Amino acid sequence: MRWILERAAAAPASQAPGQRVKRLSVAGHRTLRLFAEQRELTPVLITAGLVVYFLVAAGSTFSSELSLSSAAGYAGPVAGIAVGEVLLLVLAEIDLSAGQVFLFAPWVMYWLWTDGVPAGLAIAIALLVVCGVGAVNGLITVRLNVPSFVTTLAMNFILYGLVLVYSNYTTATPIPFAVPPSTGAGSVGVGFVGKLLGVWLWSEILWVVGLALVVHLMLRRTRFGVRIIATGGNVTGAAEAGVPVRRVKVWCFVLSSALAGFVGIIDAIKYGSLDPGNFGVDYILYAVGACVIGGTALTGGRGTVIGAFIGAILIGVLEDGLTLIGVSTNDFYVWVGIVIIFAMALNVQFDRLVARSRAR
Amino acid sequence: MSAAAGAEVVLETRGVTKRFGALEVLRGVDLELHQGEVLGLVGDNGAGKSTLVKILCGFHQQDGGHVLLEGREVHFHSVEEARARGVETVYQDLALIPQLPVYQNLFLGHELTRLGPLRFLDKRAMRELSRRYLDEINVHVPSVDAEAEQLSGGQRQAVAVARAMRAARKILLLDEPLAAMGARESRLIIDLVKGLAESRRVSMIVIDHNYAHLFELCDRLNVLQGGRVTIDQSVRETSLEELTELMVSSYRRQLEEATPAA
Repeated sequence: MRWILERAAAAPASQAPGQRVKRLSVAGHRTLRLFAEQRELTPVLITAGLVVYFLVAAGSTFSSELSLSSAAGYAGPVAGIAVGEVLLLVLAEIDLSAGQVFLFAPWVMYWLWTDGVPAGLAIAIALLVVCGVGAVNGLITVRLNVPSFVTTLAMNFILYGLVLVYSNYTTATPIPFAVPPSTGAGSVGVGFVGKLLGVWLWSEILWVVGLALVVHLMLRRTRFGVRIIATGGNVTGAAEAGVPVRRVKVWCFVLSSALAGFVGIIDAIKYGSLDPGNFGVDYILYAVGACVIGGTALTGGRGTVIGAFIGAILIGVLEDGLTLIGVSTNDFYVWVGIVIIFAMALNVQFDRLVARSRAR
Repeated sequence: MSAAAGAEVVLETRGVTKRFGALEVLRGVDLELHQGEVLGLVGDNGAGKSTLVKILCGFHQQDGGHVLLEGREVHFHSVEEARARGVETVYQDLALIPQLPVYQNLFLGHELTRLGPLRFLDKRAMRELSRRYLDEINVHVPSVDAEAEQLSGGQRQAVAVARAMRAARKILLLDEPLAAMGARESRLIIDLVKGLAESRRVSMIVIDHNYAHLFELCDRLNVLQGGRVTIDQSVRETSLEELTELMVSSYRRQLEEATPAA
């Protein structure tokens, strides 16, 4: 904090006349520093602003349980994928297949289940399969030196194709634990496990909240987290210091797949059916957008899981709110785009301003 | 020099060779490092100094020849392996992680953790130990919580050296620790290394281009020319002028050998 004050005091003297350097007051510097260091603050404020706006515009329709749960329904899948994606962005890698993994995992569960495997075991095997997908992503990336953008883009197509081939392009229903959507019976007759695993209105978002907290703690408080940041911040330096950088990367790809797959299964149980035509890229682009809105740069070494979660909530609130006030979905895309650019520009500017005030 | 003359050999290389594709970088390096000694490695760019250090620290593996640590042949396959045997390195590229605070950089690769298999970081202990340690060796940083990118170049290098010094049990390898460093910052690092050298706790190999620094820091100098050690001189028994003369005549000899029937 002291250097800001010193600089603010020294600024007028060191400034050449006519130079176009913006002079900020001490208070301004403080606020700036706060926003630059607490990246989650910006999306929190934007989300809060949107909530207030929609409350005014749509009133109690927006604050109703139905509306809030549908906002959570939009945000859940995006947040679930984004939480794992952040780890890869911190590593300066990317997992473009996570969206398709989100869709693929419940198909694996479904195929096993229809072949007579008990539902619980089918879920466990599906999760193992997607962990394998993540491991393949990671190993190809670190062993064959294929950029992860390319590895995971290819994996996205492979998984999409597998779903199309083995589903015969037929919608899958019923899903184990879930209520078939055709009956429209709500959660009547579904057991506790089914409710827990997604049928209850709020279970998906609560799972995602829990996972986000766990991954947040992992990134900030554990040895593995430090090693992720170290690998993303300076891969050579980290390797020289004895961090097993390749292993760290592979594990993050596995984690990203596992998280996306798990939330995908929850989401499938929630809705009770699987549509083979869904394309994972739709999901992953929202998730990366959520990470960016949350304050994660794509340059590596920095990122926030909580920010990514909030970014997803922002997207959910925006989609729900715009629908309620009668704006078409097409406008929603325009707004998402604007928010993403706005958030990224803010991040970059924060970085520059902080760097400038640090310069001696 | 006297302190090291009779001391036992801690590290020895015999005929170490290394090639990268068609490029033969090391052509049979023989050197000895004695207990508590500071050995300077000099030579032109491309003479193989860095390659040799990277073999000794486990980053590269030699193609031929032997490396002996305390009389026993070793073959490090990784940096971790070398480190486990007490060999630490300060690299010429900046080794710190810009986004991590000083104390986490100091403990990178040796993190203190609690809660057993969960490996939660013991931040309080690492902070406290870092503060005490940096005070002890006179390295001044704004705060151990400052991110490495907030430090000056000299402070960063000092932290990198401090990290390796703390971890080194037998041997510390310094690959151009003063590269791109101003006079004042160089002073800081030299004093740091000298302090460690005086304790005679660890033996060191230092690469640097500045002979004045090397004469101040080292007990002995080895000159690497064309992938071999051509000159081995005690600093006490030689002057900069003598060393330069030796190097020039050695170059001339090599040149004559390379030119048939001159």
